[in-house]
Amino acid sequence: MNKNKEAQGPVDNVWNVFSSVTLAVVVFTIISLTSIVGTIIEQQVEPERNIKLLAKLFGDAAAPGIYRLLDLTGFTDMFSSWWFMGLLFIFAANLIICSIDRLPKIWKIVKTPISTLGEDQFKAITSRQEVVLKGNAEKTEPRVIEALKKIGYQGEIRKEGGTTQICAEKGRYSRLGVYVTHLSILLILLGAVIGMKFGFNGSLNLMEGTTSAVAYKGNGQKIPLGFEIRCDDFDVGFYPDSDRPKEYKSWLTVIEGGREVLKKEIEVNSPLTYKGITFYQSSFGFEPNRNAIFKFAITPAGGKAQDIAVKFGESFAVQGTNITGEVSDFSPALGVDPSGNLFTYAESMNNPAVFVQFYEAGKPKFKQWFLKRYPETWKTQMGTVEFKDLWGVQYTGLQVRKDPGVWIVYLGCIVMACGLYTAFFMSHARIWISIREEKNSTKMTIASSINKNRIAFSRTLDRLVKELQGKS
Amino acid sequence: MDSSFFFGVATIVYILAMVAYISYLAFKNSAIGVIATTATVVGFVSQTIAFGMRWKEFYEIGRMGILRAIPLTNLYESLVFFVWCLILGYLVIEWKYRTRSFGAFITPIAGITLAFISIAGVSTEIQPLVPALQSNWLLAHVTMSFISYAAFAISCATALMYLAVTADKRNGFPYIFWTVTLAIFIASFIAMGFDFVTLKVSAKSPQAFIQNYLFKATFRSGSGFIVGASSIAFMAIAFVAWRYGFHLRKIITTFSLTPDMLDDLTYKAIAVGFPVFTLGGLIFGAIWADQAWGKYWSWDPKETWSLITWFVYAFYLHARHIRGWRGSKIAVLAVIGFASTIFTYLGVNLLLSGLHSYGSMQ
Repeated sequence: MNKNKEAQGPVDNVWNVFSSVTLAVVVFTIISLTSIVGTIIEQQVEPERNIKLLAKLFGDAAAPGIYRLLDLTGFTDMFSSWWFMGLLFIFAANLIICSIDRLPKIWKIVKTPISTLGEDQFKAITSRQEVVLKGNAEKTEPRVIEALKKIGYQGEIRKEGGTTQICAEKGRYSRLGVYVTHLSILLILLGAVIGMKFGFNGSLNLMEGTTSAVAYKGNGQKIPLGFEIRCDDFDVGFYPDSDRPKEYKSWLTVIEGGREVLKKEIEVNSPLTYKGITFYQSSFGFEPNRNAIFKFAITPAGGKAQDIAVKFGESFAVQGTNITGEVSDFSPALGVDPSGNLFTYAESMNNPAVFVQFYEAGKPKFKQWFLKRYPETWKTQMGTVEFKDLWGVQYTGLQVRKDPGVWIVYLGCIVMACGLYTAFFMSHARIWISIREEKNSTKMTIASSINKNRIAFSRTLDRLVKELQGKS
Repeated sequence: MDSSFFFGVATIVYILAMVAYISYLAFKNSAIGVIATTATVVGFVSQTIAFGMRWKEFYEIGRMGILRAIPLTNLYESLVFFVWCLILGYLVIEWKYRTRSFGAFITPIAGITLAFISIAGVSTEIQPLVPALQSNWLLAHVTMSFISYAAFAISCATALMYLAVTADKRNGFPYIFWTVTLAIFIASFIAMGFDFVTLKVSAKSPQAFIQNYLFKATFRSGSGFIVGASSIAFMAIAFVAWRYGFHLRKIITTFSLTPDMLDDLTYKAIAVGFPVFTLGGLIFGAIWADQAWGKYWSWDPKETWSLITWFVYAFYLHARHIRGWRGSKIAVLAVIGFASTIFTYLGVNLLLSGLHSYGSMQ
């Protein structure tokens, strides 16, 4: 930092502001406080919801006025407002300039290997221990190197002006951990910006059997995909005997230039990606219509299984017999109320059931409900009638995303994990051992320094002393 | 004997341990100390058995692979896991530092969590996983989040102890801060006890519990008189804490706990919690959201509050390393960090979602 106040121009002033931790703290605080407002006020929703909320908090009279104020200041969509982006930008600038400001000093430390300590420096280090061994220095030196090796350090013998010091260090580069962590935040922000600039987020509801070449943004705007996507089928799997969903599945086909190029079955947590565009299973819906097709597999007693596909009200023939059938009722979620009456309990395909009237030689023979989820309902007097699906009534809700920046975000996450590990769990440890020959013996003084994790290091030093004394 | 039996044993034994640790602090009788430690260990073993059994029960219902069956999928299970991590962390500290004096400060956090679970009518039912939760990232995300929450809880306890030991002026901010925090804690505990005794809690969901029952017997009662009386009672508790806070200081100092040691322990707990929270809470959470919904960050209240918590602890670390903050300023930050953590977990789930529901689901 520039300490000479008189020489400061405006550039230096700005630089000083941006390189200060104070700014970081101010930005942290403002981002946090405004974010709190952003979690209370619902974001990107119709005004009525927030006005109701404000009426709860401030009373009916004040609510519309407060809402207008919040809307004007961008608080109703604050995470994409210009001032919030500005805050994030200042945060990034602060991080960059802070790092540039401090890095050279740290870099110098990191680049310079351990050097011997002068007499005064040696004495200035408070954590010192002494070990006296018999024998001359020449015999002792290899022992010291050996002892250092045992605790995982590589010792170097330095002889300068008649004194001998053995130096060893570990984890010099760990001092960069903090900067690596800062860099990772910048990478994540960069990835996010690239994603916003060159990618899109859209959605697409695709009815079974239909194809689309576009997705839609939140405001309804069309986004061309560059290929076509078709939903072949959609299905919800339930846990046995409950309406708790187990899986949502869509069978999708990518069509490019009239050719089917990719088929995939997608689920929540298992999307489809083609040419940088990813389709996520996010919702579904049910829209009954006349063109829907009932699919059965019918096996007449003693006959072969045959697939039947038929629309509502149309009649079909069971081959090998003179029986015909006709779908005359349907319920997406058939239930039985306490008094035994049938009713539809949900507006989605929780328990699809179909009612079929069978005729023999044109005369009514029998009629029956078939439930897709309950095979025990498929038995009839003429064989089994498996109700496989009602196809063409459900649409799959896809989240469609293109985000060329996501890999930078992931990279940033990996870098952050490494940076945090280095910053918190690694430390720069240095050991100096001065060796002085005395009468019939050698006196060693051990000085050391570490920038973190002092307690674990002092245990290592105890081991070193024991090794030197040969007591291990 | 199923998992709930062992969990019930653990709950009772933990509450007993809490009482024992507090009496140990008050009377310094080493026999009580041994009882406290024994109870904690018994509770911990029992809870571990309960956890394993529930895992097995869940596996048998879900049938989706052993890892997917880890019982960490709803409020009840996650709070229980939080208690488990907290107790484990505490036992490590007791063993490493060879002192039982932290027990009286850390076990009450476990105690109030268990009390909340018991009276909140948090559903203990095993529910198979809905599709969005069927992800291995979720497992890593949830486990690591709760390990970090437990670390933050410990840092909060030691930071409060630090304040109790060092604050020497009755009208100074640090002294008032720690005594009022203590009073809020005690008052919440008592108020939840009143809820339990006076109301027949039959909430279907924790949200409904918070809205309809929590503190309804006291601070949120329909009767103005009870609200007034509760407030006066709270003031009285706060006053007693404020008036007699120095006694606690005397007690703690007799256990040869130095302020430096408490400050160091606070820092250590955060130094473990922060990276774990960043990696497990934020990064793994983002990866999971990315795989499930195609959005790694969508500024929903949960994510935003995690970020706020992250900022508070980042603030703590920078203030300490760069600015060299020490003493009560930094201890207050650690307490605020844990308050933000609690809000990230409970407040967002229970309060904000309540705020955002307009009677449609009630």
